[in-house]
Amino acid sequence: MQILKILFKNAFRHKLRTGLTILSITIALLAFGLLRTVVNAWYAGVEASSAYRLVTRNAVSIIFSLPLSYKERIRQVDGVSEVSWGNWFGGIYIDEKNFFANFAVDAKTYFDLYREYVIPDDQKIAFFRDRKGFVAGRKLAQRFGWKIGDTIVLKGTIYPGNWEFVLRGIYRGREPNADETVFMFHWDYLNESLKKTAPTRADQVGFYMIGIQDPARAISVSGNIDGLFKNSFAETITETEKAFTLGFVAMSDTIITAIELVSFVVIIIILAVVANTVAMSVRERTNEYAVFKTLGFGGWRIAGLILGESIVITMMGCVVGIAATFPAAAAFAAAMGAYFPVFNVEATTIWLDIVFCLAVGLLAAIIPVYRTLKVKIADGLRMIE
Amino acid sequence: MDSSGIIVSINGLNKSYHRGDQTIPVLNDISFDIAEGEFLALMGPSGSGKSTLLNLIAGIDQPDSGSIVIGGVDVTTLSETELAGWRALNVGFIFQFYNLIPVLTAFENVELPLILTPLSRAERKAHVEMALKVVGLADRMDHYPGQLSGGQEQRVAIARAIVTDPTILVADEPTGDLDRISAEEIMDLMDRLNRESKKTIIMVTHDPRAARKAHVIRHLDKGILTNADSQNTL
Repeated sequence: MQILKILFKNAFRHKLRTGLTILSITIALLAFGLLRTVVNAWYAGVEASSAYRLVTRNAVSIIFSLPLSYKERIRQVDGVSEVSWGNWFGGIYIDEKNFFANFAVDAKTYFDLYREYVIPDDQKIAFFRDRKGFVAGRKLAQRFGWKIGDTIVLKGTIYPGNWEFVLRGIYRGREPNADETVFMFHWDYLNESLKKTAPTRADQVGFYMIGIQDPARAISVSGNIDGLFKNSFAETITETEKAFTLGFVAMSDTIITAIELVSFVVIIIILAVVANTVAMSVRERTNEYAVFKTLGFGGWRIAGLILGESIVITMMGCVVGIAATFPAAAAFAAAMGAYFPVFNVEATTIWLDIVFCLAVGLLAAIIPVYRTLKVKIADGLRMIE
Repeated sequence: MDSSGIIVSINGLNKSYHRGDQTIPVLNDISFDIAEGEFLALMGPSGSGKSTLLNLIAGIDQPDSGSIVIGGVDVTTLSETELAGWRALNVGFIFQFYNLIPVLTAFENVELPLILTPLSRAERKAHVEMALKVVGLADRMDHYPGQLSGGQEQRVAIARAIVTDPTILVADEPTGDLDRISAEEIMDLMDRLNRESKKTIIMVTHDPRAARKAHVIRHLDKGILTNADSQNTL
């Protein structure tokens, strides 16, 4: 007989109690895992941002545009390697609940700059040739069952009217944290339409995306770009792509902090549940531990039996909880994919699960171990279940 | 054991308990020897201190003063950790209520003390099977305590006590929870262990029938030995 066998037999002496405790740990880990993944999803754009890219926008607000003419002047700034531009289109597909991000971008420069988006060459060429063509992320196409050649109509909100597009390409992310839910079409298509319908809004750019040669020079290059347009009618703010994305995340900072706090509170609650289970089990068996002591089991061995039992319970909950996190996250992503384009359970979350479970197992056993070791053998033997 | 054949030597043993400011003396200046292979019965009324004396001899309690030398080791000078190791090798316990672990089989219960030894799994198995054979339960080794009668449970407890071949066996009211027939079977078994295996047995009992098997009976009353060297005349 091995000690491990004793630990398992003790852990499952009260099957219902242990089962419910494991279920509690499972649910807690599930909640922790999902909440952590929600937080990570919020920061996914930040994580995916490149140190080699800057974003220039109107200094007053992102909702104000910049002249297209800035692109040539930006291109001439020392350290700048590529310049692309785009506009947030804000179109609605059939119904508002079908939300997804949609941009008008300068196609050729955009895909040179965003090499993490991978499109088959034939699809890319087809997209470049078709002014009404668009490219969709793999997840977005899957979500609506779009196939190459399908015609899609978006209802404009910022740019009124029904806008017709043809799906010419489906991109995949080179890395798992790449957003595969974006809809991108030709900026020229938008601009030419505006020239006919709203000429004052033509040749206006929502933001510039700028490739730089050396990330270490990002601050000086940003300063030089903004210096070009100082005191102009449309001053600019240039920042790294990471800072730009963080600016959006910061708008939800309080909610994210609250979610993070709740995820840790869940762990504290489960610590109390496990501690209660272990304390009850050990208290009921004071007599048995006295017997172990009489047989020659020393303090460390007794402590090991109690700690081991506590860890067996928590780790079983941990294994089930982690196993359940992945399908739960997949279901969550399927339901909420529009709001969380990248919803992957990260390795860090799993490691945190394991570390927290071990910590809960250890902490929950501390008081029962102390009490058991304090009981004199003769007193323990007198205690009857 | 010394050259005179004495395995346990108790000298000037005192023990008291404290309740608030009150000190309650339990054992008062107890001194006696136990020879190797002796079967000693400690008798006396409730509260006379016999179980306390047994606990002190077994190294599960510490006296206020005095010494208990067992096999040349003064157990009153050992630390808690040393005592645990000493008990594992030198003392076999038999309790009134058997104190078997309910979730372990008879085999696993008997194997428990051997986990602390460096014996291999095969060696442990051989020892356990031998011990269960000695107590006549070789065919019950896969049974759980709940599947055994009281007498059988006590026999498993005896197998657990002898499996490490300890220096002394201590038994606290080993027949106290058994019917008459089972009690007689247990006492016959203990008698056989004493006679055939020369096991030194120290037993606390209220039962004169159980005490009849002992070679020596010592009476305690209010913490004092009332018959200094009584041969069994029951």
